[in-house]
Amino acid sequence: MEKQDEKTKAKTQGARPELKFGGVWPYEPALESTDHFTIAARHELFVGGEWKQPKAAGYFETIDPATEQVLSEVAMATGKDVDAAVAQAQKAFPAWSRLPGEDRSRYLFRIARILLERAREFACLETLDNGKPIAETRDVDIPLAAQHFFYHAGWADKLDLLFPGQQAEPLGVIGQIIPWNFPLLMAAWKIAPALAAGNTVVLKPAETSPLTALRLCEVFQQAGLPPGVVNVITGDGAVGALLAKHRGLQKVAFTGSTEVGKEIQRAVAGRGVELTLELGGKAAHLVFEDAALDQAVEGVVRGIFFNQGHVCCAGSRLLVQESVHDLFVQKMRARMERIRVGNPMDKNTDMGAIHSKVQLARIEQLVAAGVAEGALLHQSGCTLPQKGFWFLPSMFTNVAMSHRIAREEIFGPVLSVLTFRTPEEAVEKANNTSYGLSAGVWTDKGSRILWLAERLKAGVVWNNTFNRFDAGSPFGGFKESGFGREGGRQGLRAYVRLRGSLSPG
Amino acid sequence: MPPSLTPVEFRVPPVDAVALETRAAELARRSIKKRAKVQGLRLCIAMMDLTTLEGMDSPGKVRQLCEKAKHPLPGHDVPPCAAICVYPDLVEVAVHALAGSTVQVASVATGFPSGRTDRALKLREVQLAVEAGASEIDMVIDRGAFLAGRYGQVYDEICAVKEACGSARLKVILETGELKTYDNVRRACRIALLAGGDFLKTSTGKVTPASTLPVVLLMLEAVRDHYLETGRQVGVKAAGGIRTGKDALRYLVLVAETVGDLWLSPQWFRFGASSLLNDVLMQLEKERTGRYQRPADFPSD
Repeated sequence: MEKQDEKTKAKTQGARPELKFGGVWPYEPALESTDHFTIAARHELFVGGEWKQPKAAGYFETIDPATEQVLSEVAMATGKDVDAAVAQAQKAFPAWSRLPGEDRSRYLFRIARILLERAREFACLETLDNGKPIAETRDVDIPLAAQHFFYHAGWADKLDLLFPGQQAEPLGVIGQIIPWNFPLLMAAWKIAPALAAGNTVVLKPAETSPLTALRLCEVFQQAGLPPGVVNVITGDGAVGALLAKHRGLQKVAFTGSTEVGKEIQRAVAGRGVELTLELGGKAAHLVFEDAALDQAVEGVVRGIFFNQGHVCCAGSRLLVQESVHDLFVQKMRARMERIRVGNPMDKNTDMGAIHSKVQLARIEQLVAAGVAEGALLHQSGCTLPQKGFWFLPSMFTNVAMSHRIAREEIFGPVLSVLTFRTPEEAVEKANNTSYGLSAGVWTDKGSRILWLAERLKAGVVWNNTFNRFDAGSPFGGFKESGFGREGGRQGLRAYVRLRGSLSPG
Repeated sequence: MPPSLTPVEFRVPPVDAVALETRAAELARRSIKKRAKVQGLRLCIAMMDLTTLEGMDSPGKVRQLCEKAKHPLPGHDVPPCAAICVYPDLVEVAVHALAGSTVQVASVATGFPSGRTDRALKLREVQLAVEAGASEIDMVIDRGAFLAGRYGQVYDEICAVKEACGSARLKVILETGELKTYDNVRRACRIALLAGGDFLKTSTGKVTPASTLPVVLLMLEAVRDHYLETGRQVGVKAAGGIRTGKDALRYLVLVAETVGDLWLSPQWFRFGASSLLNDVLMQLEKERTGRYQRPADFPSD
């Protein structure tokens, strides 16, 4: 045995042992077929249960970010369309809110079931319109969206049990504005609890990813949902602003950037309008030397490269204990090479296209800032497609807490690596951010997990995992990551007024 | 024989079970199509240790299996299997039947499958198998000693068997179904790697669960780290419970994405199986003709 070791040592002297990938057994493209559904050339507004042309005949295009091909044109709502949508929601409210809970429950169950029956179609459409890989839409976005309808269907007739001794009443008409990173899932997060509690809704999907929310309206029609209970209006940020400021709303729910969230908060201030905001983040992974490092690598990869890093709770800062920094970075670099970047419709793609040209420019700008500030950039060596918007899986080492890439939300596949020496320092650095949406703790030591969870200022603290979501688990942030929770009982609380309670609700 | 290592040298990083299983499940969803599927299935055949380890085994049965290993589907362009795996007393029959072919003869030894016998007898068994012409020895580790925390004893025994193997390649069966935890598996990997095993093998096939995707992923990570640390490449053999071509391709994906090209050869990755071969042949014929054939269309050995 010793002899053999010497032999191999001699053979490999000078050259470090290295692994090679993809040369012996390359995978064939495994494209999800798209012949089972069609995309209409034009999409109208969904108001009062019907498809309505916008009052001024304006349309904008939505494209496939992986190819830059136009998928469809979509109606640009005007102020009158927003008025009409809110009016329809108001008209539908009395009957919908007085409907027995078990009837509302039945509608929601029906929506969930139809969504699952049409899961493949929704997954494809989401991937085309958003750029995220089909494996993610198939296994995460669509099943989770359906789960939110199932979950809230279960509560619709049990609101009294949720808030014992108090009567839960719906608020009225809810204006909901959602982002482009999880278009259908965000629509489900917003609509399901609102309807379960007896509210009616005007939803505005993001300008660059409106197609699945519009197709969801087909599901509502199929499920026989009464007209006006959900209205969907499309358009740019100005349409969102019109909706947020509308006098006919009792509540605004917004998910998106901190900047826009602040504008909305200013717009609704002093009007007695309820507000929940789910905004940006700069979450930290805390990797301790005793962690299961190979699994932590997988978790960190999932944390930052899932959905191209377009995740508000993405783990974009890696705080790693100094004693394992070099080993962990080496493992991360090797693992990043394994990430399959390319055609989002390929079932084997791990990372798809950046959602838009604007977002790509922002990522490029912040990465350039990181390089200029002296951080060391590592990127995967994979080749990117010619057309569309793409960015390589990236990681910065030698990052300082003062660097922009350690403080600003990049919202792309870029990880910033920092080190710590003690648990106290880890907490201090993790909390040293204007955000507070999520954090990830990687350690094998149970007592340390609890110690950290108490001290991290983040809405979600994942322990030895990351980016796991469940309809029953409340999600939301601290500080500039917003307020209010979505999902779980806490999420439903934000859609009701409680009578017979001490708090005004 | 190298002296016993103190237990501290067998210290291994912890393994997170949930995350390990998540990663294995994630890789199991890879979609292997067309040319990649055909190439992968052919590779699976070339990596197969066609195995018969029954009390009923007879010279006739072994000879028939040897024919199957040489020509899995006569008249078709299908590679031969990597090896035949038999009990020591049938090694001679297999060596004779396989003379002139590329198929290796592997013998289980060391009191397979439980390993509950005297070390002198284990070593003698290895010696006999090697003398009879076995070029690969599949030993079992002493799980009793391992679970009692006597890691040095497990290590010493592997070292002794390795020495008895001479030029034969040593596969170390960890019997992961009896080690129960991933942390134990990771430590057993470390012991076998340090003791000079040429292959880590999951199971005897006599204990359930036998090979699983997370366990093989973990073993691949162990041999990867060992290679990067020392430059010594060690193979992995997934044995037991792999019955379909689809399953086998999932293992191959683990290899392709964890350790990569260096391990994608019969020299460094093996399947230990008996019924797997016919399903792989059926899948290959399906790719060639577009239709599934009857099981009866494939030779039953």
